[in-house]
Amino acid sequence: MDLHLTKEQEMLRKMYRDFAQNEVKPLAEEVDEEERFPEETVKKMAKLGMMGIYFPKEYGGAGADVLSYVMAVEEMSKVCGTTGVIISAHTSLCAAPIYEHGTEEQKMKYLPKLCKGEWIGAFGLTEPGAGTDAQGQQTTAVDAGDHWVLNGSKIFITNAGFANVFIIIAITGSHADKRGRKVKDISAFIVERTDPGFSVGKHEKKMGIKGSSTCELIMEDCIIPKDRLLGQLGKGFKIAMQTLDGGRIGIASQALGLAEGAIEETIAYTKERVQFGKRISQFQNTQFQLADMYAKTEAAKWLVYSAAMKKQNHEPYSMDAAMAKLVAAETASDVTRRCVQLFGGYGYTREYPMERMMRDAKITEIYEGTSEVQRMVISAHLGIK
Amino acid sequence: MKAIVCVKQVPDTSGVVAVKEDGTMDRAAMATITNHDDLAAVEAALELKDATGCEVVVVSMGPPPAEGMLRELLAMGADKAVLVSAREFGGSDTYATSQILAAAIKKIGVEQDDVVFCGRQAIDGDTAQVGPQIAEKLHLPQVSYAADVKMEGNALTVKRLLEDGYMMLKVQTPCLITCVKELNTPRYMSVPGIFECYSKPLEVFNYDTLKDDELIDLDTIGLKGSPTNVYKSFSPPVKGAGMMLEGADKATVDQLVGILDGKHII
Amino acid sequence: MAEFNSKDTGAFKGVWVFCEQREGVIMSISYQLLSEGRKLANDLGVELCGVVLGSGVKEEYIKALGGYGADKVYYCDHELLKDYTTDGYTKVICDLVEDKKPEIFLIGATNIGRDLGPRCAARLHTGLTADCTHLDVDVEKYKSFLKTTSTIDVDNTAFEVNTNLKMTRPAFGGHLMATIICPRFRPQMSTVRPGVMATQAYDEAGAAKTVVENVPVSLSKDDIHVEILEIKKAAKKMVDLIGADVVVSVGRGISKDPEKGIALAQDLANALGGVVGSSRACVDAGWISADHQVGQTGKTVHPRIYVALGISGAIQHKAGMQDSECIIAVNKNGDAPIFEVASYGIVGDLFKVAPMLTEAIKALKASK
Repeated sequence: MDLHLTKEQEMLRKMYRDFAQNEVKPLAEEVDEEERFPEETVKKMAKLGMMGIYFPKEYGGAGADVLSYVMAVEEMSKVCGTTGVIISAHTSLCAAPIYEHGTEEQKMKYLPKLCKGEWIGAFGLTEPGAGTDAQGQQTTAVDAGDHWVLNGSKIFITNAGFANVFIIIAITGSHADKRGRKVKDISAFIVERTDPGFSVGKHEKKMGIKGSSTCELIMEDCIIPKDRLLGQLGKGFKIAMQTLDGGRIGIASQALGLAEGAIEETIAYTKERVQFGKRISQFQNTQFQLADMYAKTEAAKWLVYSAAMKKQNHEPYSMDAAMAKLVAAETASDVTRRCVQLFGGYGYTREYPMERMMRDAKITEIYEGTSEVQRMVISAHLGIK
Repeated sequence: MKAIVCVKQVPDTSGVVAVKEDGTMDRAAMATITNHDDLAAVEAALELKDATGCEVVVVSMGPPPAEGMLRELLAMGADKAVLVSAREFGGSDTYATSQILAAAIKKIGVEQDDVVFCGRQAIDGDTAQVGPQIAEKLHLPQVSYAADVKMEGNALTVKRLLEDGYMMLKVQTPCLITCVKELNTPRYMSVPGIFECYSKPLEVFNYDTLKDDELIDLDTIGLKGSPTNVYKSFSPPVKGAGMMLEGADKATVDQLVGILDGKHII
Repeated sequence: MAEFNSKDTGAFKGVWVFCEQREGVIMSISYQLLSEGRKLANDLGVELCGVVLGSGVKEEYIKALGGYGADKVYYCDHELLKDYTTDGYTKVICDLVEDKKPEIFLIGATNIGRDLGPRCAARLHTGLTADCTHLDVDVEKYKSFLKTTSTIDVDNTAFEVNTNLKMTRPAFGGHLMATIICPRFRPQMSTVRPGVMATQAYDEAGAAKTVVENVPVSLSKDDIHVEILEIKKAAKKMVDLIGADVVVSVGRGISKDPEKGIALAQDLANALGGVVGSSRACVDAGWISADHQVGQTGKTVHPRIYVALGISGAIQHKAGMQDSECIIAVNKNGDAPIFEVASYGIVGDLFKVAPMLTEAIKALKASK
């Protein structure tokens, strides 16, 4: 069991850090204050191969591995939670399902453009009436012979305002289960922004990750060609759950990065801030708080990395992803809150990034499966029923 | 067509500077970076590659750890790397270094349409001598302080900085250009680049590789062969706690200016 | 080349200074180097010669070099030398050096000097030491220099006694000083940056006595491999905060008259050859634009000299400038945190202190 990064991964870490410091950090405040999607950063990341890190070269990806991708989200999130989730949602929620379930034609049509960042991807599962209760889907996709007709709406869709490709989950029928109860047939589709009847609603104003483009999707007699069915008919829910398993690792990395970034800023600040004639880093409370936070964050890190490595090795990773997200997200919320406290009054002002990190961290406990959902997954795996 | 780039790995002096007891810099204890002006040279070569498809070869004279830096440059997009490293080369001043690098470049081969790029100066030595001295040893025309380079046919049009303006110069290949960091913004290593860099060729030239070149003579390289050597080195006295001056009148100001003048600060 | 100069270093005599001209006008660095060269020539008991390359340079300018200490000036006139080219200048200078054999050759470290110096040193197979801040041939003078500028125990250290040129220069971004020698080869070459050496007072009698030797130049177009397409002087050059050598920053202390405060800072910056910076307070108050802001949410600078006028030194500002080499702070409040990082502090009113400081600096520079 080798817990060391490869030489290439060490070089990647260095590149990600330099990029994050020079290109992402300087924009982070503005992205938050103006709720602005950093398009220029996406273009720069695309040029470096960061929008398709673990997909094979034959599909336009960088030919790296899942851990290398996770590290990208982690490093970007250390300085800007918004930038981290842009990569994560695009990679894990849109490119990944196409890679894992698409036909060769679909892969060749969408992956190269997604990996090169020419197209940005998004994933539409959540609806006004179906959040954690994802089965409460109401969007429908009706087979109209040579095309599908979609009707319904999705909310809280990340990257929506700037995405060109959307994975949409919709009801395609129903059947009776063994006990005669009516069960929905759910399928997955690839919808393009330009498809007739498809529109993106307004930008959602949020507590954090304010630059992330979170919008509603509206399908009113949206017509898509037959070849847009992703995977088998009726298997859409399973595809959605598998997709979220992978997405969870991405969000866990985002949470990890936020926690790490907060600790880094706080260590630096406490070494400069003088009160009672001493640097506040000299007080035991400061030292112990940071020691606790650092150790917890490291623990979260290994859960995240181990989930990434299992996925890379094609081992079952659903449980690991759930644990990683649960722990990392709750750690991020706790760490960022305690870091604001260590900054004192300054931490509450927008002059320092700490309050933004705290606001950004909260969402990691909610989206791509709330912490409660993660607990459901974990206890199910443990056979506790 | 090739773009050959000379690159140096230097201590990161923007961070903590480690000094040994004898006052000399403790290089081993310091973080290393690729010299900034040299990165501009690499970027210039890579832009030439983007425009013309030429091959980019990066060369560095240094101890074995410089290999890590060369791999990073391969990850940025260079095609081949050469590390020039040998005990016999150690302790060389700029004259001796330029002979060794010139010999290495001759071994790599300089064709009619090749360009040699160097950084203007390294942040440890700050001399800006090696580039022009390599040009002299290779009998190549040189243009230094290049802030803009354009290739047209087999000639380069270079904007050469002066303190208060610039000269536009035209030079035929093969030639040597020294670059300032204002020339461009060096690109990052890319993800695919990083995963390819270990499979790109990296050769090591040692004393045996180069000894047959007329420029390589044990009497003129290394510590013994260098025309200049260090007579004494010392740290300037440590900046102690600050000094509060008495009063705030003309006498105070004169006193301050006197101190600053005495220390050659103004 | 090694043959030419290493065997009989004793045969090389004389101190030479390359006197750079641009557009027919001698650059002032030449006067600084001649003044310094005069001292070295006196210590060695040899001639000091200036070397001028150009086309149609006025005789009075050439003779004036004698007013700064030159005994003789070698003037190489050729139309191909009108503007600097590496090939033209290197060939003419190296031919002259091989002919006349000077023991020391100083070149100003201008953009041109730093192109020319190394090329000549390589062709002549000799050592060149760049950006020297101090030169000595006399060992005793060198020892007294070390006593004031180093932590070396001079009296208990052995020093070789000879008249080799001891060239002292900063290394590693100024963290270390090194004295370099070139014992086996001649000429011993050194470049010196403008503004480092003092210029002696102009001596009319010296200028009148200057011997000008016109050197026959053989140069053809084939000798020069770079074509000059254009030479352009920039309109007012933009100096940025981060690359600045000197930054003079204003803070809340200018509030009683912001416009005047900024003007005073600009005057001081001009006198020191720097730029104006600002704390966040002034930017927020709208007195100065944000690109001047130094600090946590502004820019981080580490200039050689940082002057803080009326800046309290709150943590956000300190973060942006505390690594400056020499920090001078002026503030009415003696307890202001800025004094904790300052090298020199004056507790006073910047509106009074800043103009006095500017005057004193201008007076000092004029006297040099």
